[in-house]
Amino acid sequence: MDFDIEELHEDIRQGVRRVCADFPDPYWRECDSAHRFPWEFHDAMAAGGWIGIATPTEYGGGGQGITEASIMLEEVAASGAAMNGCSAIHLSIFGMEPVRRHAGPDLCREVLPRVAAGELHVAFGVTEPDAGTDTTSITTRAVRRGDEYVVDGAKVWTTKAEQAELVLLLVRTTPKEECERPTDGMTLLLADLRAPGVDIRPIPKAGRNAVSSCEVRYDGLRVPVSRRVGEEGEGFRFLLDGLNPERILIASEALGIGRVALSRAVDYARERVVFGRPIGQNQGLAFPLADSHARLRAAELVIREASWRYDHGLDCGEQANTAKYLAADAAFDAADRAMQTHGGFGYATEYDIERYWREVRVMRLAPVSQEMILNYLGEKVLGLPRSY
Amino acid sequence: MKVAVCVKQIPDPALPGELDPTDNTLKRDGKLILDESDSYGVELALQLVEAAGGGSVTLVSMAPNNEVSGLRTALAMGADDAVLISDDALSGTDALGTAKVLAAAIGRVEPDLVLAGVESSDGYTGTVPEQIAAVMGLPSVGFAKKIEIGDDGLHIERQTELGYDDVVCPMPAVVSVTAGVVEPRYPSFKGIMAAKKKPVDQVTIADLGISADQVGWAGARQEIVSVTEAEAREAGEVIEDDGEGYQRIVAFLEELKVI
Ligand SMILES: Cc1cc2nc3c(=O)[nH]c(=O)nc-3n(C[C@H](O)[C@H](O)[C@H](O)COP(=O)(O)OP(=O)(O)OC[C@H]3O[C@@H](n4cnc5c(N)ncnc54)[C@H](O)[C@@H]3O)c2cc1C
Repeated sequence: MDFDIEELHEDIRQGVRRVCADFPDPYWRECDSAHRFPWEFHDAMAAGGWIGIATPTEYGGGGQGITEASIMLEEVAASGAAMNGCSAIHLSIFGMEPVRRHAGPDLCREVLPRVAAGELHVAFGVTEPDAGTDTTSITTRAVRRGDEYVVDGAKVWTTKAEQAELVLLLVRTTPKEECERPTDGMTLLLADLRAPGVDIRPIPKAGRNAVSSCEVRYDGLRVPVSRRVGEEGEGFRFLLDGLNPERILIASEALGIGRVALSRAVDYARERVVFGRPIGQNQGLAFPLADSHARLRAAELVIREASWRYDHGLDCGEQANTAKYLAADAAFDAADRAMQTHGGFGYATEYDIERYWREVRVMRLAPVSQEMILNYLGEKVLGLPRSY
Repeated sequence: MKVAVCVKQIPDPALPGELDPTDNTLKRDGKLILDESDSYGVELALQLVEAAGGGSVTLVSMAPNNEVSGLRTALAMGADDAVLISDDALSGTDALGTAKVLAAAIGRVEPDLVLAGVESSDGYTGTVPEQIAAVMGLPSVGFAKKIEIGDDGLHIERQTELGYDDVVCPMPAVVSVTAGVVEPRYPSFKGIMAAKKKPVDQVTIADLGISADQVGWAGARQEIVSVTEAEAREAGEVIEDDGEGYQRIVAFLEELKVI
């Protein structure tokens, strides 16, 4: 066992903090309330080479692992940028993993350097109105016509569809009924979101309002076969490759929000005097905060184990899922307790706690719900019979 | 265009500092960081080299325990390499001794220009750059807020109480840079990675041909006799505005002769 902090990791934290220092809470408050994409922040992260941190050096990136990427996103979140900051760059960091692993060299060379530089925005289109958790029920259909696929269907929750040039789209090339297994017959396409035949509408939602998630309708969208990622019918399996890194990154973002919420709560609990003493002197308030600290630290350790395993090429499904599960809960509790500590002021926009609280809540739902993680752990780790 | 920049690595000002009770000096045994007031010199040096279309920026630092953390920050900003003088004999060195050591190290670099901060954030003597110039026999300009390279030498805007003086100065020269005059760039990720591979030449005073009796407590011409706590600042006067508050503020400022 070695828990020494690596110098590079500390440098990454300092470097990211320095960039984020130019984007304090009022900036995020304003972006959130105006539903305005944080371009200035995005461009500063791009200029510093941070967005490409985990892209291989051959594609102009920093060549680091999921560990470094997750430390970076944790710091972005912990700066107070929370999900608004992370979601602005998140997909560019590991979202293209299926492309890197399975697309041909031409497509990789065309796409990955621009993604790493922050010039090309990408989105991820999997969820549909009638297929969320149950991914294999997607019905968005791609039919091959010569050198093209013609795509018809509808996705929901496609984050950054309004900013993105391309979407990594999961489609059915064979209807589920005709497949041997439900996970067969799906294909990944890197489709053009700005082409005719695409209609994008943001979904009004509870939080993280600087970055929209959209309903996207595909009506006869033509996608060249050269934009197919890997073989036809293998899309679902390619998608799975990106899931563990995704979970590790989301867990780290949750951890960051938990950290900032907790530290604001501690500051406030020290200063706010009620009945002639600082409220933090009451164990009724101090214990929940201390408990949150302990839970966040536990989540952090599992995140580190998961990212270490991923970077060493080891299986990390159990660890990545556990990390996401623990971090999402610990961080939401921390934000909720921060709100409780702030009393009525916690509900006021000016104190930012309500923004953290709204944003961190989503981590229990997406990209994978807490229940589905427990399903995974129950079935794959504990060996219990599958329930669905 | 070769620029040497003197940078000090200091205890993090965000942490409570501590004095060593035996000699009344600031404890420097923990991690040290780049003195922010030196980041302006680094930035100006990088800009000058860019404007000149090429060259190099070499950092020069004297610090205990072979400390490189602060140097790495400046290297990550874009400086090319560094000379670090670290030697147990240097403990207790005063400003003049420091200037002698830095001057010897700078001499090896043979720069066209030497930049330094006006004063460090932990010592505040504000004398080292001029002493380096004197030791090296170079012209010295203090409080620069803008530096350009002209055909006839350096063109410097030198900050004064009223505004600034235009100064022309032959090269090489030692110029101290006022804090806050430029926005120091911050390290990019690639800068951080590159900094790990940039050379830091670690030297001792013997390497510089300096003997132990010229530096440290032995060579110091100063002694810290005692240290007293700074007086706590008195609470200010609160002027309640009843519509005429501004008059009282104006009167107060006139009394201080600041307006
Ligand atoms: C802000 C935001 C951004 C998003 N961004 C994207 C994106 O960019 N791209 C994308 O494709 N998707 C995105 N999503 C969608 C997200 O991945 C889905 O919402 C998520 O997968 C859950 O699917 P669902 O909403 O359809 O829930 P459902 O599948 O309808 O599930 C509803 C509830 O039932 C529970 N449940 C279902 N089955 C079981 C079972 N067998 N056992 C126990 N519990 C069960 C679930 O856990 C959940 O709590 C985003 C969602 C949000 C909120």
